[in-house]
Amino acid sequence: MLTCFSMALGVTLMVAVIAIHGVVNESFKVGQYLGYNILVGPKGGKLQLTLNSVYYLDEPIENIPYDYYLEFVPQEQREADFQHSLQQHAHDIHWELTRGMQQAMGTSLASGTAGLVTQLATTAVRLDAEQSLPGKRVGQFAGPFTFLAIPLLLGDYYESFRVVGTTPDMFGTMKYGPSADRQYEFSSGRNFKTHSKEHGFFEAVVGSVVARQTNLHVGDKINPRHGAVDGHTHNQPFTIVGILDSTGTPNDRAVFVNMEGFYLMADHAKPVEETESEEDEEEDAEDDHEEVFDTITPLPVEQREVTAVLLQVDPIFSVGLPNQINEGSVAQAIYPIREINKFFGTFIGPVLGLLVVITLMICIVSGVGILVSIYNSMSDRRHEIAVLRALGAERSTVLWIILFESLILSITGGLIGWIMGHGLVACASPIVESKTGVAVGFFDLAPALPPYLPISPELLLVPLLAILAIAVGLIPAMAAYRTDVSQSLGK
Amino acid sequence: MNRGGTTHEYLLELMKLPEAGFLEMLELVDIKKSYQQPNGDALPILSIPRFDVAAGEQVVLVGRSGGGKTTLLHVIAGITRPDSGQILFEGRSIEGLSEAASDRFRATWMGYVFQTFNLLPAFTALENVLLGMTFSRKPVDSGRASQLLDRVGLGDRMQHKPTAMSVGEQQRVAVARALANKPRLLLADEPTANIDTANQQNIIDLIRETAEEEQISLVLVTHATEVADQFDRIVHLEEINELATKTSTAATTADDL
Repeated sequence: MLTCFSMALGVTLMVAVIAIHGVVNESFKVGQYLGYNILVGPKGGKLQLTLNSVYYLDEPIENIPYDYYLEFVPQEQREADFQHSLQQHAHDIHWELTRGMQQAMGTSLASGTAGLVTQLATTAVRLDAEQSLPGKRVGQFAGPFTFLAIPLLLGDYYESFRVVGTTPDMFGTMKYGPSADRQYEFSSGRNFKTHSKEHGFFEAVVGSVVARQTNLHVGDKINPRHGAVDGHTHNQPFTIVGILDSTGTPNDRAVFVNMEGFYLMADHAKPVEETESEEDEEEDAEDDHEEVFDTITPLPVEQREVTAVLLQVDPIFSVGLPNQINEGSVAQAIYPIREINKFFGTFIGPVLGLLVVITLMICIVSGVGILVSIYNSMSDRRHEIAVLRALGAERSTVLWIILFESLILSITGGLIGWIMGHGLVACASPIVESKTGVAVGFFDLAPALPPYLPISPELLLVPLLAILAIAVGLIPAMAAYRTDVSQSLGK
Repeated sequence: MNRGGTTHEYLLELMKLPEAGFLEMLELVDIKKSYQQPNGDALPILSIPRFDVAAGEQVVLVGRSGGGKTTLLHVIAGITRPDSGQILFEGRSIEGLSEAASDRFRATWMGYVFQTFNLLPAFTALENVLLGMTFSRKPVDSGRASQLLDRVGLGDRMQHKPTAMSVGEQQRVAVARALANKPRLLLADEPTANIDTANQQNIIDLIRETAEEEQISLVLVTHATEVADQFDRIVHLEEINELATKTSTAATTADDL
């Protein structure tokens, strides 16, 4: 009974350690199922860039200019973005001109010429911009082999979760999973839009863990906090329009907001004008100027920065492009998976190795413990065995009885231990999930370790236990086999 | 030793019920047994030129401690092998059997009652009795097991464990167990030595009566004269064992082997 219990405890520990091993392993491995292969960020530590842009863990390093990001996007989008900027310039010039004219001629006259002035200003700025702003050409790093470029803006928090400013492409175009073919699904709601009638630029999507832990629902409004967790709260609410299904990626633990809205929050850059109107906004510069003034307009290109850019590049070109970027002085390009593996190999790997060693030691110690307790019980058993022999049991029968007993003991103990271990892990699962994003259910087996073990190590537990039981049972069984009946029988 | 045929056939033959009307249940011829002492010298215990038990006969074996009484029972039962000599069980030689065959032979044809009962504490009275037939060649018959417990007066205590029973009751269970396999020969080694005087006679009566009912030959070892005196045939170990008197002093250290 006690033997069985000590066996159960040993197996509990083993299962728990294997599960933890699996969780740690998995939590870093799923980060690899990113859906992008190159990460562009400011010059600085590669690991830091990986940690903050892939896992949303560390603080962001610095930012890179928005027009650098635009080098990765195709011509149409560049143009559109620069057009915004042009409108902004036009608006600014118009504003100054109008003010100047107001001062010079009085309000009534100024308002009458406003339309004309705006047109003049727009034309002037466009002429100017076409020389100074590279809006017309294809981005330097864009092209048919850059499949996807998604900007990432970090620095805000909602509760303890990262707020990530990005474009709808993050969940619309980009896929995830081991072969980057899994579409992001929404457990409720939809993806956010660049601009919607209901919420303007201020739409947000939350990861599954965030939604569960903060109890957020579609339709709720959130106010991101600036900087660290204890920073001040922005006064610009975002409306949640979608909740992501659990993906097992770090994205489960982040809040995603529309990049345009992110830029318009105070402190991120200075928006030109803020009004509460949420009327539809036309992007055409030729549109009625009155309407343009009445709506919130996106931040112009010059005032924008991004923290990182996620790139999906044709693997053939995924070597040349980073070199090209790294040779420049603005940004660095890294392979996040390589960084993760390096980090894993350098820091996490040895820790996991240690865990495996500890697990093995636990196995050996509990195995020896079982051996000792079965062996100890043998001195009492010697007499019982002698009685069985005297009643006519053959040596081999006695051998099998003892072997069978230790087998039953080990399997029972192992089963109890497995249940206890999984119960333990299941109890700790919410904590583990909030820390690592990896959820472990009661019946989830620890993941396989591909290069070494093609199947879950837990499935090995049963045959290993059986072998252990036989090895452990063999010594007392042999003792039973050799028991001298006439000496052990007493009278 | 006219075995005839293969060993296997011989073993099968041994497992069969003996022919009716056999006069000699047990014959021991020139049995010699000695133990190895720690210093390497041989310590002779038994040297029995001849010892016979007739079918259905009840024999009491008395003698001093260390005379080799238990060793003799072990040799008869096949628990201990004699160094030399011949054991005939209803005319068949059994001393040359392999250990496993000898174990099975004992399980099938002999019953053994111990001084210390040797019940298994983890099992109930009924299970202990069932153990008595588990290793035999005969089918396990739980009906017979309960009948036997009824017979020894424990019909209402079948599910009790030995620890919950008095010593007298425990020895009754042991007697029932010894009879479970319908043995031809019952060996009892000082069955009342650990039992209070009040219960001694009950146990002796029980053993003798059941042996008679089941037509079993009985060899009972005791050093109590009041027990021995009830038997028609009293055998003093010295009469059959040439070494009994000589080894008695040396064997006191060998602790009643």
